[in-house]
Amino acid sequence: MSDLNELSIAEARDRLAARDLSARELVQASIAAMEAAKPLNIFVTETPERALEMADAADARLKAGDAKPMTGIPVAVKDLFCTKDVCTTAGSHMLESFTPPYESTVTANLWDNGAVMLGKVNMDEFAMGSSNETSAYGPVKNPWRLGETDTVPGGSSGGSVAAVAGRIAPCATGSDTGGSIRQPAAFTGTVGLKPTYGRCSRYGMVAFASSLDQAGPITRSVRDAAIMLGAMAGHDVKDSTCVDVPVPDYEAALTGDIRGLKIGIPKEYHSADMPREIEDMWQQGMAWLRDAGAQIVDISLPHTKYALPTYYIVAPAEASSNLARYDGVRYGHRAQLKSGDGLTEMYEETRAEGFGEEVKRRILIGTYVLSAGYYDAYYLKAQKIRTLIADDFRRAYKKVDAILTPTAPSAAFGFGAKQDPLAMYMNDVFTVPASLAGLPGISIPAALSAEGLPLGLQILGRAFDEETVLKVAGVMEDAAAFTAKPKTWWS
Amino acid sequence: MSKEAKNYIVHGATGDWEIVVGLEVHAQVTSQAKLFSGASTQFGSEPNSNVSLVDAAFPGMLPVINGECVRQAVRTGLALDAQINKFSRFDRKNYFYADLPQGYQISQFAHPIVGEGEMLVELEDGATKSIGIERLHLEQDAGKSIHDQHPRYTLVDLNRSGVALMEIVSKPDMRSPEEAGAYVRKLRTMLRYIGSCDGNMEQGSMRADVNVSVRRPGEPFGTRCEIKNVNSVRFVMQAIEYEARRQVDILEAGGSIDQETRLFDPNKGETRSMRSKEEAHDYRYFPDPDLLPLEFDDAYIEEARASLPELPDAKKARFVKDWGLPDYNAATLVGEKESADWFETLLDALRKGVDSPVEKLAPKASNWMLSDLYGQLNKAGKSLSDCPITPTQGAELLKLVFDGTISGSASKEVLEEMLQSGRNPADIVEEKGLKQVSDTGALEAMVDKILAANPAQVEQFKAGKTKVVGFFVGQVMKESRGQANPAVVNEILMRKLAE
Repeated sequence: MSDLNELSIAEARDRLAARDLSARELVQASIAAMEAAKPLNIFVTETPERALEMADAADARLKAGDAKPMTGIPVAVKDLFCTKDVCTTAGSHMLESFTPPYESTVTANLWDNGAVMLGKVNMDEFAMGSSNETSAYGPVKNPWRLGETDTVPGGSSGGSVAAVAGRIAPCATGSDTGGSIRQPAAFTGTVGLKPTYGRCSRYGMVAFASSLDQAGPITRSVRDAAIMLGAMAGHDVKDSTCVDVPVPDYEAALTGDIRGLKIGIPKEYHSADMPREIEDMWQQGMAWLRDAGAQIVDISLPHTKYALPTYYIVAPAEASSNLARYDGVRYGHRAQLKSGDGLTEMYEETRAEGFGEEVKRRILIGTYVLSAGYYDAYYLKAQKIRTLIADDFRRAYKKVDAILTPTAPSAAFGFGAKQDPLAMYMNDVFTVPASLAGLPGISIPAALSAEGLPLGLQILGRAFDEETVLKVAGVMEDAAAFTAKPKTWWS
Repeated sequence: MSKEAKNYIVHGATGDWEIVVGLEVHAQVTSQAKLFSGASTQFGSEPNSNVSLVDAAFPGMLPVINGECVRQAVRTGLALDAQINKFSRFDRKNYFYADLPQGYQISQFAHPIVGEGEMLVELEDGATKSIGIERLHLEQDAGKSIHDQHPRYTLVDLNRSGVALMEIVSKPDMRSPEEAGAYVRKLRTMLRYIGSCDGNMEQGSMRADVNVSVRRPGEPFGTRCEIKNVNSVRFVMQAIEYEARRQVDILEAGGSIDQETRLFDPNKGETRSMRSKEEAHDYRYFPDPDLLPLEFDDAYIEEARASLPELPDAKKARFVKDWGLPDYNAATLVGEKESADWFETLLDALRKGVDSPVEKLAPKASNWMLSDLYGQLNKAGKSLSDCPITPTQGAELLKLVFDGTISGSASKEVLEEMLQSGRNPADIVEEKGLKQVSDTGALEAMVDKILAANPAQVEQFKAGKTKVVGFFVGQVMKESRGQANPAVVNEILMRKLAE
């Protein structure tokens, strides 16, 4: 581990521009760290040769003086972004041998902005999980440990956050459907930003729940999140739900001045069983913002308690349909069939072998809630509640500019600690409402738990107002001065 | 025009039965690209050559609506006098099949692009009937499974996967095989007029699902069966006839009809069960989250309306009212836009060359086109689209008839030659010496000769048997080897006989 691994995007960018560091050196440091970090099981596919090629191209651009915002910056790519000629598994056996002949728009944007691909990182299977334990390639280990005991990195972007927290890359792409960027960021002391739905293109991103999936950056600072979002976002005609609004200069939004801003504290996020240290961190967050000149306002988001059940109807419903294409016919896994087996057996055995338990569970739930006779009671009702939840936020944003909550109800936990799926789903309780409303949110590290694990605070904003979210997050980041790092126990 | 459609009755052993038919016609939208991808829609390409990553449902691929298909659906709705829904939405129809790559078909279930409308159909006996349109929606076609090219495997061709279809659903308004046939034919005509579908049933650009039930006259609808994918007008009519009989036989034997999906076997001329209601899929329709709803403003709809050509009903009315065409001729000519256009060009050219009122020219020109031209084309096994002569050449030929240069019978000979060589009629007339003799001097001499040779007939005429004029005309024509102008001959004869 060299000092280069500690550089933020902004620091590396400035040193690369000043030419006192080459992209090759920076990328080599990342490759070395990637090699050393094998025990963390972060990477599904490493692409060091490609990384060095891209680094050399970056150096050429730097030399020519036409560097882009992320020229030469190594990026770990969540393994659900399709990358041309590089295996893309989505954490599933189903796509174990799948090599896309195309590039996702988000990664294409990053490469256009000069970024360098280190490799593809592990994740919960098809992004369904909150602990990385559903990956077909074994779980990622959190660089943060409880003494000598491993903890989960959160999910589903577990490989992404571990790569960033473990100082392998300064940044990684993540995707967030119900909290899959923010919760793992909180578990690993990293910054994770889920943009507004429609801010980043979903083209080439393996779909989990189409109306919720959104790509976003995972970094170690708010400034880096601003830089990286700017390099990922933008209109794309290949995704009809991607919105045609200009991409602002997010870094310019980090003015440090939040005087007069109104920050909402939703009363429904308080609960009797919230751990003391989470509650304390939240109070501390309010104090930091108040000290910086913001006004703390109590608000109500009355339908919050329905968000989790609503999410666990809508997301599986969409997933049950989105995952129907994995049938063994055209690509991906196909079961060996016995003589006399037909199409039905091919479907049954291919899908039984290709999908893991959590994916199957959600396909079953999704199929059930869309079935004749249940559709109105589940899916349709969930859609109505989803509208009410979005209305809650709309009303709140007439009174406040941003909302502050904890990111997750606990710190990282041990492997196997949450055997009951419902207990696992509770991880998303604070992140899911904004997902259902399509709103942007960021998690930043704010404190350490009593046991020495990071805890995160979440700032939510108005649709397409990532700038305010980043501005508030920047102020909090300064106030929190979170400098703790995991020990490098793996190398 | 207001003739009522006659009732079609199935006579059973226990009495009469009425049949009730509704049709769901799938019409392939004429467009370069598929409904949600840029892949080509070219018919007859190598298997799996017109397949984009979207059509093959690769991970992370997203549908993007083809605006041209939407415009064609709106134009079709307007042509069917139907409600254009300013808000419509795509749904996913979920089911597994090897030629359905996404595992769902993108269709419009709850909010179709076009709502209720109606279409007038004409029946053999000249009666007309208005058939209600329930809705029209856009959807993707599936690929094709090929079961007979490999001993162990089914092969899949995805060229059709994602091609845009309009599903046009009628109300259960048809009461006979003939009405259903007339409906499909008229719908095909309409689609071809506006260019939203080529109507090619052999290539599968148009196919029908036929819903049939029977009932005692005046009673509520019976249980229906749906006959899938019938691909010709004749088969639609045969399938209905067979299915109605089958249902009547079951009911009269004391049985009941199971609601089911059936297939029509054109070789045996019968329908057979494909799947029962219990085996029916639960399609789990829900709004496709990858697509935004379609929303139109008035300007968009008006623009689509302005792009519509004159439709067959209006065209026919104009042909009858303005030009005095017989109803039958007008109906036949407007049956295809191509023939109506051919006729209009012919008439235009004719009117420029012949100074005669259009009500006189048009009916004759239409008769010529439908009997002489079509007759000879048919004999040669050709259709209007491969007719070797242009409408302008046709007008030149007719001009020669109207101005007396050639006789009607000679024109047939000229036309035959024109169709063979594509040459101009005037040249053919000249070369074959078919010009009529209108020279009074020559004709008078001929008349004198005939009268002198037939004194008995002259006596008969003078005794009041004026019909004998026909005999003299015939004799003069014979003498002139068909080239005498009969009108002139007639005139000379009358004058001479009156002397």
